[in-house]
Amino acid sequence: MNAAEPQGRRPRRLTVGRIGIYAFLITAALFFLLPLWIMVVTSFKPMEEIRLGNILALPVTLTLEAWTKAWSSACTGLECNGIRVGFWNSVRILVPSVILSIIAGAINGYALSFWRVKGANVMFGVLLLGAFIPYQVFLYPLVRIFSLTGIYNSLTCIVVVHVIFGLPTMTLLFRNYYAGLPIELFKAARVDGGGFWTIFLRVILPMSTPMLVVATILQVTGIWNDFIFGLTFAGRENLPMTVQLNNIVNSTQGERAYNVDMAATMLAALVPLVVYFVSGRWFVRGIAAGAVKG
Amino acid sequence: MATISIPTSNVSTGATRTRRRIRTRLPAAFALLPTALVVLVVYIGCMLWTVRLSFTSSTLLPKLDWVGFAQYSRLFVNDRFVTSAENIVIFGALFISGCLILGFLLAVFIDQNVRGESVFRTMFLYPYAMSFVVTGVAWQWFLNPGLGLQKLVRDMGFTSFTFDWLVNQNMAIYTIVIAGLWHGSGLTMAILLAGLRGVDEDLWKAARVDGIPTWRVYTSVVLPLLRPMIVTATVLLTAGVVKLYDLVVAMTLGGPGIATEVPAKFVMDHLFERNNIALGTAAATIMLIAVVAVLAPWIYARYIRPQGRHA
Amino acid sequence: MAAVSVRDVSVAFEAVRVFDGLSLDIEQGEFIVLLGPSGCGKSTLLNAVAGLLDVAEGQIWIDGKNVTWEEPKDRGIAMVFQSYALYPRMSVRENMSFGLKMAKTPKPEIEKRVNKAAELLQITHLLDRRPDQLSGGQRQRVAIGRALVRDAAVFLFDEPLSNLDAQLRNELRVEIKRLHARLGNTTMIYVTHDQIEAMTLADRIVVMKEQKIQQIGSPDEIYRRPSNLFVAGFVGSPQMNFIKGRIEGNGTGPEFVSGKRRLPLSGYRFSGKPIPGQEVVLGVRPEHLEITGAGTWSDFKVDIVEPMGADTVIWCSDGDGTIQVRTSGSKKAAPGEPLGLGVDAAHVSLFASETGERL
Repeated sequence: MNAAEPQGRRPRRLTVGRIGIYAFLITAALFFLLPLWIMVVTSFKPMEEIRLGNILALPVTLTLEAWTKAWSSACTGLECNGIRVGFWNSVRILVPSVILSIIAGAINGYALSFWRVKGANVMFGVLLLGAFIPYQVFLYPLVRIFSLTGIYNSLTCIVVVHVIFGLPTMTLLFRNYYAGLPIELFKAARVDGGGFWTIFLRVILPMSTPMLVVATILQVTGIWNDFIFGLTFAGRENLPMTVQLNNIVNSTQGERAYNVDMAATMLAALVPLVVYFVSGRWFVRGIAAGAVKG
Repeated sequence: MATISIPTSNVSTGATRTRRRIRTRLPAAFALLPTALVVLVVYIGCMLWTVRLSFTSSTLLPKLDWVGFAQYSRLFVNDRFVTSAENIVIFGALFISGCLILGFLLAVFIDQNVRGESVFRTMFLYPYAMSFVVTGVAWQWFLNPGLGLQKLVRDMGFTSFTFDWLVNQNMAIYTIVIAGLWHGSGLTMAILLAGLRGVDEDLWKAARVDGIPTWRVYTSVVLPLLRPMIVTATVLLTAGVVKLYDLVVAMTLGGPGIATEVPAKFVMDHLFERNNIALGTAAATIMLIAVVAVLAPWIYARYIRPQGRHA
Repeated sequence: MAAVSVRDVSVAFEAVRVFDGLSLDIEQGEFIVLLGPSGCGKSTLLNAVAGLLDVAEGQIWIDGKNVTWEEPKDRGIAMVFQSYALYPRMSVRENMSFGLKMAKTPKPEIEKRVNKAAELLQITHLLDRRPDQLSGGQRQRVAIGRALVRDAAVFLFDEPLSNLDAQLRNELRVEIKRLHARLGNTTMIYVTHDQIEAMTLADRIVVMKEQKIQQIGSPDEIYRRPSNLFVAGFVGSPQMNFIKGRIEGNGTGPEFVSGKRRLPLSGYRFSGKPIPGQEVVLGVRPEHLEITGAGTWSDFKVDIVEPMGADTVIWCSDGDGTIQVRTSGSKKAAPGEPLGLGVDAAHVSLFASETGERL
């Protein structure tokens, strides 16, 4: 075979098209990374550097001062105990809310897809519609109801709110997942004499692991990042991190300590970021599962 | 001639069968009861109550009188409200179309067998995991006229470069759009990429044999196939538009002045700070009507009309 | 000059190397079938010829031109896929003309070709419909039509009938054969795992297993003189009977011995010298066994009878294993009936136990 003739693998020519693709992607990546970069970089700078310097530049003097201030002594309204208060508040809100909303969603999804209860589908339809309606439409009466029952501005209140407004997505998630399971499984369990709860706990729930993971990721991210419910329902002692962050950044008098602001922002973003990077593929699955509506 | 007798005791009558059916379904009904209660009390009840309150003159506390459409007429001459309505339309149009276009481009380019695909994907999607407060604060900092982007470019030599959109009455809303695009394009990309990956590989092969250039395959063959995904993404994005609140509060607090007011913020402010429940609920009702107006045709097209055709 | 020539080709997937130096020459106008089980590499080879896969080593020549580095559209090929791969939102006419439009073929020429192909495939009445309005068989015809309008010298088929039900498969199979006859000088490379398709359509069959060519030959050759155990067992339904045994050389010549069964091999065409004592496998097709009263092998009893209408397949056993016999449909037999089988050594195949190669 003549060595000058084409043989073997096609030569990979770097065409304009190929360069263009990478150029676009890298530019986009820079756009998306930019805010994160400046948050990190700013949080490690002392204020003098920020006033004079370049917002993109790496810190000349690396200092953790902003971080310690943000964590333990930043002013979040009337108190100046730092954002760690908010951190633990968010944790206290997160755990029961996630657990309860997932359980509720799983039970609802199970009941809807395997058991024929009259009017259940209508209820489900209304629930789905409700997911599109802005919270402001429900907010004030809800505040009144909680006031009347005495639990307004408490941990219970915010957890209940998260469960209520998590119902549409969670129910949809589990219902669609269960609808994809073979119904023969369920029928066999019925023939074996199982009742509603037995089948759920012994057969369906053990098979729900993928959806439980997805639901956890979605709820942890959604509830941790919530602002409006925390602001309205949690009460001053239970304000989540997002609310405190907003207070630190936007309600300071005098000169703003941008590095402290950014450190606080990073702290607030930490948990969802970790969840995101750890969950990898599952995060995308969560989006796909939530996005496949009806 | 032998007669055959059927024992009647083994045959369940219609009544016992129905009773048994109801009995076995009871636990399921009970399990769904709390949710049904929530739907009734919150999703329906609270909504109706809000609408009722909009016809009153309640200020700090609810007062069940009747003032007709007085609050609504006040709304339409209220500068804040009118601005917020304009802003949400501008934001909605730019945000949805921007996310779709950017998301589509990102998905298409990632789909080109690039090296480091998963790294790119991770970088484009992480903003969606961030809260809107974090997003707002970060962009507020970056677009800070004195210390952010403007200073950066000026320091590079372009001394006449101005990017004071954040404090500019006419341009502030567009900063919110930019932050929104940063947050939501990754989501759109993820959805559309999933759609792209679902396209039959043989279709690509056939197009290659037919000599169809890649870009043409995307526009003529793939895009039509992607329609359900685009609809899904649009629906999700639209749901997010009306709820716009956290981002505005964190980034501009509605300012400068009222330049970035949005309906959700208008309602919240009037309900909790300006002690004007009636006006707030009226605004909330308008928001409700707007959402229903957009949703209803889509629901009709998706669920009600097809039923008719197949019946 | 060969129409398609695969020379010393290797294809690489990540670290895995497929086809170490495979070569194949296909003649002009030939209908060649690549046959084999899933994963044997037949589709990979087809995709390499098409240019949809890069070859790591070697060359591909089509019509006297080295096309190893050419894009599929420049190789003078047309292709039909298992999943039809029709452009979904376009009409049949648009589907068939899209490629030509891209190649800037003048409109009257496009119309002429589309109409001619539609006539040939009897889909003229479907030209304005969309793929989702067509049945599976119609879609496949459109796919073939899309390939036809390219006026290519080489047609590639990648399991085109696998998605169709049995009856449609039979119909379209005949149509493809007719098409080949009408088109005269068009070379066709056809990939399938269905040996009936291979036998009925091919001028030559290339039997493949685990990315290696097992045998190339006409359907007749493949059927009557399979070159190894795999080919023998893969082609032919019901499957060839395999009996393990030994060659014993006795006075009158080599003989096959397996338990109490013996078969003199004087009528068998050995490719080399028979080695006495060698472990072998004897293969004999069900239709080459005769039912006689006192045959070469006696002591058989009928196990199961499968009446298939035109033929009857009788499973019989002599305690040493089961053998299938195919005989006329009018033959009646009952389970437990004693049977004798007559075997003609000219019709059997002998394979070395160790290598599976034909002796």
